[in-house]
Amino acid sequence: MAKLVAPAKAKTADDLALEQREISVAEFFEKNRHLLGFDNPAKALLTVTKEAVDNSLDACEEARILPEIKVKIKDKGNDRFEVEIEDNGPGIIKTQIANIFGSLLYGSKFHKLRQSRGQQGIGISASVLYAQLTTGKPAVILSKAKEDGPTYETHLMIDVAKNRPEIVKQEETEKGLSHTGIRIMLDIEGKYVQRYHSVDEYLRQTAISNPYAHVTYYPPIGEKVEYKRKVNELPKLPTEIKPHPQGIELGILKRMLKVTESRKLSGFLQNSFSKIGSTAAEEICRLSSLDPARDPKTIERDEADKLVSAMGKVKLMRPPTDCLSPLGEALMEKSLQQEVKCEFVTSITREPSVYRGQPFQVEAAMAYGGELKKAEGEEQQPVEIMRFANRVPLLYQFSDCATTKAISQIQWRRYGLDQPGSSGVPKGPALIFIHMCSTWVPFTSESKEAIASYQEIIKEIKLAVQECARKMVTHIHKGQRAKRETERLRVFDKYFPLVISSAKDLAESKEKLDFKEMMEKVVNKQLVEMAEETKELDEEVKKAGKKRDRKKEEFDVEETGED
Amino acid sequence: MSKRPEKTRAPEKVMVDAETLKKIGQGIVQQIKEGKVPSVSIPSRTSNNLVYDPSNQYYVIGNQKISRSAGNIRHIKLLAQFLKVAWFCKDLVKEGNKHVTKRELYYISESWGEAFKFDEQPECDNVVEDIEAVIGRPREDFNIIPDNRGSIYGDITIKYRSPSGKFNTINCLDTPDGQSIGPRICEGEIQKVSADKVIAIETGGMYNRLMEEEAHKKFNAILVHTAGQAPRSTRRLIKRISEENNIPVYIFCDSDPFGLHIAMVIIAGSAKSAHVNHKLATPKAQWLGTTATDITKYKLRSDKLRPLDFKRLEELKKDPRYKDDARMQKELQTWVKLGKKAEQQALLRYGFRFVVDEYLPDKLKELKAPGFR
Repeated sequence: MAKLVAPAKAKTADDLALEQREISVAEFFEKNRHLLGFDNPAKALLTVTKEAVDNSLDACEEARILPEIKVKIKDKGNDRFEVEIEDNGPGIIKTQIANIFGSLLYGSKFHKLRQSRGQQGIGISASVLYAQLTTGKPAVILSKAKEDGPTYETHLMIDVAKNRPEIVKQEETEKGLSHTGIRIMLDIEGKYVQRYHSVDEYLRQTAISNPYAHVTYYPPIGEKVEYKRKVNELPKLPTEIKPHPQGIELGILKRMLKVTESRKLSGFLQNSFSKIGSTAAEEICRLSSLDPARDPKTIERDEADKLVSAMGKVKLMRPPTDCLSPLGEALMEKSLQQEVKCEFVTSITREPSVYRGQPFQVEAAMAYGGELKKAEGEEQQPVEIMRFANRVPLLYQFSDCATTKAISQIQWRRYGLDQPGSSGVPKGPALIFIHMCSTWVPFTSESKEAIASYQEIIKEIKLAVQECARKMVTHIHKGQRAKRETERLRVFDKYFPLVISSAKDLAESKEKLDFKEMMEKVVNKQLVEMAEETKELDEEVKKAGKKRDRKKEEFDVEETGED
Repeated sequence: MSKRPEKTRAPEKVMVDAETLKKIGQGIVQQIKEGKVPSVSIPSRTSNNLVYDPSNQYYVIGNQKISRSAGNIRHIKLLAQFLKVAWFCKDLVKEGNKHVTKRELYYISESWGEAFKFDEQPECDNVVEDIEAVIGRPREDFNIIPDNRGSIYGDITIKYRSPSGKFNTINCLDTPDGQSIGPRICEGEIQKVSADKVIAIETGGMYNRLMEEEAHKKFNAILVHTAGQAPRSTRRLIKRISEENNIPVYIFCDSDPFGLHIAMVIIAGSAKSAHVNHKLATPKAQWLGTTATDITKYKLRSDKLRPLDFKRLEELKKDPRYKDDARMQKELQTWVKLGKKAEQQALLRYGFRFVVDEYLPDKLKELKAPGFR
């Protein structure tokens, strides 16, 4: 006889409560890898490499060390790869290793506002987690923090449920590093591709945007690739700034109110934010109907809300911009020229700007001609666009990126490039390099693949690229003009003697005529005329480009409508 | 037959002297010697330099000139080509008995090398016209000739040089179908003319009719077939016969605006040849018919005028050459009113002899032609 099974009871809230438990961040991301760039094995390989290299570069720059980075990727077969990245940074002290590599959302950068590569602090830990999930192997980290000190070898896993690092082994090792720094080795599932979205391309572009770094790459297939240092100076270290009120979010404000050391609200406002003076602080308190002498810790949620909207209304100075560290025009041009054998390169680093309370700066460079030119008859290719955010190359989500959108909106025919339909990526023998640096680069998703399309950002990118394009088209015209000029002079060389000889034949004259001097005079006159024409044309192009935006002293509050 | 009129002037030397062309080259050489960047000055043939000369009754070109300088990159090739063609023509006239068509010249230019050769015929034609304008002579006079068209019949003796180089004379009565008017006839010496008028005829049919009905005898006339719009050499010959022998010219065409235009080009030249009209136009020539009034008078079979015809009539009404001619204005108006046009050969409805026996005598009397005054 069949055993009777009691019918399922309707669950009560209490029953359900028993089943519920807190999902840790780690667990969440375990189930949502695509949010962090681990969608597929090929991308995963790239992401792991990227996170580690980005961290190394950040660390070296902070410690003012010219970076020496080694990347080794070994194909172990069966879709398994061993990724090893070593740097000559300051290293990490023993007690911090587990936290930094083993817990997500732990990092030094979250509450500070400064331009840095790993702005969210999830990156490397996610790679450790990924390795663990795909191969079950722990991450192996060697770290040396003192020049003459020991090297510690740590084998690390992550306790997914508790979101805590789990040290499998940690000891001093004989086979130490020869210098301070970190070496991390991860065993992961991956796939090696050599197309555009690849580790190879990432390292190539990283070398372009970080020409002070020396990167040695041992790929899974083929010879070692060395990206030598192109300049011997580190870029200026970006300073840290306090958040600017006009970008603040309610949640962050609440947290700041809780941890502040200020005892009065007005003091809190002036000390925790940039660009709030006593007058502004009073104004903010007035607008939110709060007593400036209030203890910040007593501020309730809806009062904090009022503060947020008051901060949005008050007229304030723009946030400081020395927290940004752009590459600079000389460096961009030098780097590009060495990478791409072009006939012409130009660049512009624009003045810093602001979006949503965050300072940002756009720089662009364009390379033209040379080896970018295709042979006669070959179809023109779309212009290569290299996108960088805080010096990190962006390789994915091309069409979603603000950079691409800005470039597509430009009327490229004016600048000598083909653009069917007058929109979209232009075609031609050119390369566009765009770099946006910011204390907080807005991405379209957690995987930090494409820059979000804020109006201010698109506007800056457009202006930067147009400036470069203007210089490029002047160069193109000069080339065409030079060609025309040679043609013109050749006409004189050819026909002057013929005029003389035909005239002599017609006149039946055998006289010897010396016209060399006259010919020179005529040719010189032509050169002068042509030089004047050139000058006029250049003036016209300059006038067209003179519409620069002026630096405003007052901070304009603008709607940040998404594109 | 009326008295043979007297010759009023000696036959002019039609062919251009080689010296005239040489002078152009000498001018350039002189400029170089003086240290000046060489250039030639060419009378402008653009429409804004076309002027109607009422005293002469034809279009001439005004005083505007264009300069082609070796110092100007746009001109220098043209200048070289100009001098080269002029040199070629100088040799042609020196030789004397060789003529080339415009088309031949275009092909010949290929042998001058890549620098000189013309890409297209019109370029070559323009250079030839430049030379015409500079020396004020039609190209036929320096041996660049159109295709033969047009024919002459009557008691006129012309001495010419045959292609073989020998000099001959011909009396145009001795030709079977009229003497074709080519370069040698056109530049030949008119030795004897017994006629006292020239009748120029538009259509081949009517020309043949008049020949067969011996109109040349009856009217003591030289018959010239223009074959539609008279080619330049035909116009040249008509002018020469008329002015050298002081005899009038009567032009007999179809009854439509285009027939009238044929007459006008013979009388007053064309805008295109304005720079040489003084050698091609016969201002004293008269339009005989077929008129608009003739259509109703002789009940000629007719066709409707097309919009193009009406347009042309309007243009002709405003033309300075017709403005003061009452007869012309009347006829233009009649055409518009009738809305009809007719061919001259429509007169044949009245039989072979009608034109010679009745139509032409009436017209010649109306125009007070010699022998009909």
